[in-house]
Amino acid sequence: MPHSEHFSKQYDSDLEDVRSRVLQMGGVVEAQILAAIECFSSGDTERMTEVTDTELRVNAYEVDIDDLCVHIVARRQPAARDLRLIMGVSKAVTDLERMGDEAEKITRMARLIHERKGPQIPLQAEVRRSGDLAVAQLRRALDAMARLDPDEAERIISEDALIDTEFRGILRQLITFMMEDPRTISTALEIIWVAKAIERIGDHAKNIAEQVIYIVRGTDVRHTGKERRRSATDEGA
Amino acid sequence: MAEPKPDLDTLPLKAQASALDFYYGDFQALKKIDMPIYEKRVTALIGPSGCGKSTFLRCFNRMHDLYPGNRYVGEISLHPDNVNLLDKSVDPIEVRMRLSMVFQKPNPFPKTIFENVAYGLRVRGVNRRAILEEKVEEALRAAALWNEVKDRLQDMAFNLSGGQQQRLCIARALATEPEILLFDEPTSALDPIATASIEELITELKQRVTILIVTHNMQQAARVSDFTAYMYIGELVEFGWTDDIFIKPKNPQTEAYITGRFG
Ligand SMILES: Nc1ncnc2c1ncn2[C@@H]1O[C@H](COP(=O)(O)OP(=O)(O)OP(=O)(O)O)[C@@H](O)[C@H]1O
Ligand SMILES: [Mg+2]
Repeated sequence: MPHSEHFSKQYDSDLEDVRSRVLQMGGVVEAQILAAIECFSSGDTERMTEVTDTELRVNAYEVDIDDLCVHIVARRQPAARDLRLIMGVSKAVTDLERMGDEAEKITRMARLIHERKGPQIPLQAEVRRSGDLAVAQLRRALDAMARLDPDEAERIISEDALIDTEFRGILRQLITFMMEDPRTISTALEIIWVAKAIERIGDHAKNIAEQVIYIVRGTDVRHTGKERRRSATDEGA
Repeated sequence: MAEPKPDLDTLPLKAQASALDFYYGDFQALKKIDMPIYEKRVTALIGPSGCGKSTFLRCFNRMHDLYPGNRYVGEISLHPDNVNLLDKSVDPIEVRMRLSMVFQKPNPFPKTIFENVAYGLRVRGVNRRAILEEKVEEALRAAALWNEVKDRLQDMAFNLSGGQQQRLCIARALATEPEILLFDEPTSALDPIATASIEELITELKQRVTILIVTHNMQQAARVSDFTAYMYIGELVEFGWTDDIFIKPKNPQTEAYITGRFG
């Protein structure tokens, strides 16, 4: 989209401020998720407190950005793409905050898993892989938000299926472990929570990508299948 | 967006401007305007100063006829009878019976409240007291002014507040039961409360008339209108549902204007 400036320089800088803070918040959440996955892999308790502490920063970002958005709406009555930016950003912020919650959930499960004596389940690599995929999706979604790139956002949305496939694979393997040795059931259930949290993180990344499309093209692609998404965006182009 | 918008083809038209040009002498102020006016809807005209909003509005009641040298090309057809109201054979007085204009500054006549509203009826030959009283009350009620003035109908209109005077002008315009109401920046001289009451009134009035409103206040256009037309230097740049214009305009020029950017 062309970036001509507003008559009001202050308005320009307010909008820019919102956008850059969302990207900063995204960076913090990304690091938080990486740390959570690391906790799961290694059982490193230092990093567990790091994830919990980061949660406070993420919450502060959320409150701060919401406040900025409310001020812009009250003072500027944004229209068209400015309005869509404010709406899209507010939703993205909610997604980022939820991702932070999922990261916390992962560390809680990691603690239980690592504190438990008994048979381990050798699925670290698989869970890690899906975690890395989810983080990569988030990083790309933030990048698409920074560059306001709807084409990249579309690719991110279509690749969300990969994480879902990984999740189902992990689930199948866990079922096999549980059937073979019921003593693994507690740990298996906790790993399911971790895998599910990762899958949710992927969903939130996809939501952010959907907001990028909304901001740029004005089309709402949520709850639409691939086909409808295409035609909706064609129409908006 | 909240409600699904009906298909434009299914909406009844009240008027249609087709290839409308307008000249003040040699100066062309309107260029090939094609624009539908949907029945019992509010259409807002927005655009930078001098783009031709007032000029366009004044074509509808043939106000330009008052000055020699002004010239129309193209047509504005009025429905349902599909008469071209710009046609030389059409009497401007006849046209003005079907459309009423409300101006920026309240302009009551130096008469009583009652006589201001009765004026258009008297011009049309209505003189029976009972009928006048009935029509005046109905118009004042429609303009949301009745309760405030019912005990002082014989007061001079100038004694009313600015907002009341504007509602009186609306009552005066409504008394003759026009098919289209034309508003040229009707609230620019009013405070926010009086403005809100006029906006509320406009929303109520569209149950009975078609409304065309020029406004410099973009939020006002967004609040009161169903359709918005963005004009720029005599041309119609974009016309569409107000929601679409304010959320997802198609034209980059429209977007620049409504978001307050350099075009
Ligand atoms: N009587 C006139 N004679 C010659 N030119 C005129 C006359 N009235 C208006 N114009 C010109 O026609 C163009 C359109 O004017 P118009 O008054 O329709 O603009 P507008 O969109 O209503 O502007 P504003 O928002 O300032 O009221 C302007 O360039 C104006 O200078
Ligand atoms: Mg004007």
